[in-house]
Amino acid sequence: MAKIDESFVKVRNLKKYFQTGTAIPFLKSPPAVKAVENVSFDVFKGETLGVVGESGCGKSTVARLLIQLIKPDAGEIIIDGLAVEKRGGISTRDLRHRMQMVFQDSYATLNPRMPIEESIAFGPISNGKKPSEAMLKSKHVMDQVGLDPNIYLHRYPHELSGGQRQRVNIARALAMGPEVIILDEAVSALDKSVEAQVLNLLTDLKSDLKLTYIFISHDLNVVKYISDKVMVMYLGEVVEYGTVEEVYNTPKHPYTEALLASQPSMDPSRKLDTVPITGDPPNPINPPSGCKFHTRCPKVTDMCRTVNPNLQSTNVGNHLSACHLA
Amino acid sequence: MNKNSTISDPKVLTVKDLSVKFVTPDYSVHAVNNVSFDLKRGEVLSLLGESGSGKSVTLSAIQRLLPEHITSVAGSIKINEEEILTMPSKRLNRLRGGQIAMIFQEPATSFDPVFTVGQQITEGIRHHTGCSKGAANKRALELLDLVRIPSPKDRINNYPFEMSGGMRQRAMIALALSCDPMILLADEPTTALDATVQIQILLLLKDIQKELGLSIIFVTHDIGVSIEIGDRIAVMYGGQIVETGNLSDVINDAKHPYTKGLLSSTIHANSSGKRLHAIPGSPPNLSNAPRNCSFSERCEFANETCKNTMPDNVKLGVERYSRCLRIGVWE
Repeated sequence: MAKIDESFVKVRNLKKYFQTGTAIPFLKSPPAVKAVENVSFDVFKGETLGVVGESGCGKSTVARLLIQLIKPDAGEIIIDGLAVEKRGGISTRDLRHRMQMVFQDSYATLNPRMPIEESIAFGPISNGKKPSEAMLKSKHVMDQVGLDPNIYLHRYPHELSGGQRQRVNIARALAMGPEVIILDEAVSALDKSVEAQVLNLLTDLKSDLKLTYIFISHDLNVVKYISDKVMVMYLGEVVEYGTVEEVYNTPKHPYTEALLASQPSMDPSRKLDTVPITGDPPNPINPPSGCKFHTRCPKVTDMCRTVNPNLQSTNVGNHLSACHLA
Repeated sequence: MNKNSTISDPKVLTVKDLSVKFVTPDYSVHAVNNVSFDLKRGEVLSLLGESGSGKSVTLSAIQRLLPEHITSVAGSIKINEEEILTMPSKRLNRLRGGQIAMIFQEPATSFDPVFTVGQQITEGIRHHTGCSKGAANKRALELLDLVRIPSPKDRINNYPFEMSGGMRQRAMIALALSCDPMILLADEPTTALDATVQIQILLLLKDIQKELGLSIIFVTHDIGVSIEIGDRIAVMYGGQIVETGNLSDVINDAKHPYTKGLLSSTIHANSSGKRLHAIPGSPPNLSNAPRNCSFSERCEFANETCKNTMPDNVKLGVERYSRCLRIGVWE
């Protein structure tokens, strides 16, 4: 069983390649998208880990691997000391009692022909709860996410606004009584004024229910606001990991620096006038050799082109960076 | 107050009392209601608003791109004193692409996938100027160079799918600039791009705008982006412009409760740990013509008058307006 100081979710050397097209015997197999490679990290109980990176960096794949929507090619996921889908560990079914996920598209994730009440009760019922108990539970979780059960429980998804639907999705995750919730771009599709409401709700739920969040987003400001620790990903690899203060105030990886510098300033008198970093992210089917960032890095050396740096400790606490120059 | 604007500034575009209504047998939507603004030569106007606020519809209406059989448009849109809404379609076709061009959010879907980027750029040039294939090709290469696409000679023969997202958006800008337009309409051109690429495209647009003296209307839902690109800003809510003015005036001293709420609910670099000041409720349903302040349902300062009367634009300074009945009371 887990000791007190041990991490609650532990991920070691996770790897996932997606095959493009189908392999034909005797012919060269089609190229694979190297979505996630050698990703390791820890999430401690009660903290929020923010995962940032550009599209195609593998952050959503990590989320889907964690909750076993797709199976990893290699690597271990350990929750509360129990290895997922390993002998003596925890099954996927039990895992999903402890870990739930909220997706970006609040409409696509709800069954359009099911009233909200049934959608929320679906998980508990299919896990053996009595329907009457499950319905009671859905009332309770609707209250928790700030929607009046008497008004909304019998409505259909199309009758709700985007923000309300995302609250329903959070309620549905809560109905399973999870300890960890993965939020994959959960507020990205919402308007700013509604996004703030949902972020406030998430903050309240976290402290009321002692939840642990894995919060995935491309929006650096939102991640900074909600997270305790941050993990920065680039082309399927973790390039930097540390507390929010460390990563945002003293970034150790040139990619993190560039990402932070690319944020619009919000101050009309301090507009950017030079481009922090040129080029587009490379194609993950054919990533660059050595350090994957070397094609865009302003500080590139010869070693960077051939040797891929490991994620290693910088001199400060638990601040990790995958850069030869850090 | 606004040092960039003088009375003699030529207006390239004037929109007056524009209303756009979509009507089908099942529903009607009052998407844009009494929107007025103008655009001066060489300025960037940011049109900021949330989804459904009418910003994209306004933009499409300027080029008459909305489906005519379900749209009823009222008001006036003038480009160089020429009325767009009643213009014969032949004349309009010369104008589109020629004097006024548009770039869209998703370059992958606005290019035709079966033609190369070069073919699509030269098609427009030849249609508008009637020049030879060789001359059009030369112009296309110049344009690709202008938008800083590396090795344009190779890239001109690429199909859209062979380019990355950022590269495609650059090609899209080249396409829009191909016939030397005076006005560029940009509909969230950086929303689909990654952060590091977004800033490249924004700065590129700004450079080109200065170089060519373009006038740009830049539609976005992202406050940071609108600050980065704009000279002037117009904030839209519920199909109306609720506040407009010089960029720094509006951002530093918002005069409409919605702008204020939007700014305080947006996460800044230093809002960690604080509770966000969210605007309660959700955006209005536009199926009926508005008869009151569209923000009154969500506004913490609204009183009975706000819920029953339609506010007028209150002039606060040079080109500075706010559509609020309780201005000065709530601050």
